[in-house]
Amino acid sequence: MLKSKTGMEDGFLSSVGAGDSTMLEAPTKITALVVDDDTINQMFHHRLLDNLGIRNQVVRNGKEAIDVHCSGKNFDLILMDMEMPVMNGIEATRKLRAMGIRSMIAGVSTNTREREKFMEAGLDDYQEKPLTTSKLVSILHKVHKDG
Amino acid sequence: MDVVVQLQRQLADHTASLFHEGFLNEQFNQLQQLQDESNPDFVVEVVSLFFEDSERLLNELAKALEQQAVDYKKVDAHVHQLKGSSSSIGAQRVQGVCIPFRNFCEEQNIEGCLKCLQQVKHEYSLVKNKLETLFKLEQQLIAAGGSFPTL
Repeated sequence: MLKSKTGMEDGFLSSVGAGDSTMLEAPTKITALVVDDDTINQMFHHRLLDNLGIRNQVVRNGKEAIDVHCSGKNFDLILMDMEMPVMNGIEATRKLRAMGIRSMIAGVSTNTREREKFMEAGLDDYQEKPLTTSKLVSILHKVHKDG
Repeated sequence: MDVVVQLQRQLADHTASLFHEGFLNEQFNQLQQLQDESNPDFVVEVVSLFFEDSERLLNELAKALEQQAVDYKKVDAHVHQLKGSSSSIGAQRVQGVCIPFRNFCEEQNIEGCLKCLQQVKHEYSLVKNKLETLFKLEQQLIAAGGSFPTL
């Protein structure tokens, strides 16, 4: 439903968050995949990324995240929810790593009880919901450092 | 008094009370910040989805808790969803009731669950009313030729 806008201009991360001097300075060509079953979160995460000029695609569960990679797509960043139907975030992260996907995967969840298990599945980062611009920016800093 | 000024004052008071009385938290500001010229209805769209989702979940919860043998796993999954969507829009009083609700699910405490369902329904209808008033005031203000400060 919320596919990324192709042809969207690359934005400047430095243009967000007035007063925050730690923003990334380079124009971004970062691409992202949002994996979440909740429509509100889909809209919200899509818009948060869009607002930072990051082209992004939205899928509804772990299985769809695998499928989109099988079709040859690749993303710099994957925002992965944990509790989802069909295939949850833990299993999806494990599978993506087993497929050799080296994208930065950030877990975004409310379930702190299984945080360790989620991290061990192959996450690079974990953020508690609700996601905010500053949390997203802290994730993006890591993308730049690693890439 | 100028209609626009009066509406602006009303809107400011109403918004302030929503935060002071704890109906909304800073997450709602996050949503407002994501609204711009290219997404002028973002907040209304997300909040409408929240209304739809919540009403569906509250119905499902009422049904699930009426059963002879209550499926607490199912109840917990619904409460988890409600907690997630309420936290996404910053409806913190709804979100707040979801925490004891989930604990009662874990304990399989039917009275506790039913009490929480009543509370969460109550909190939901309060915040729904407040948000609808907020949107109405915003519309009236725009119709009167005014604009409201975006955060």
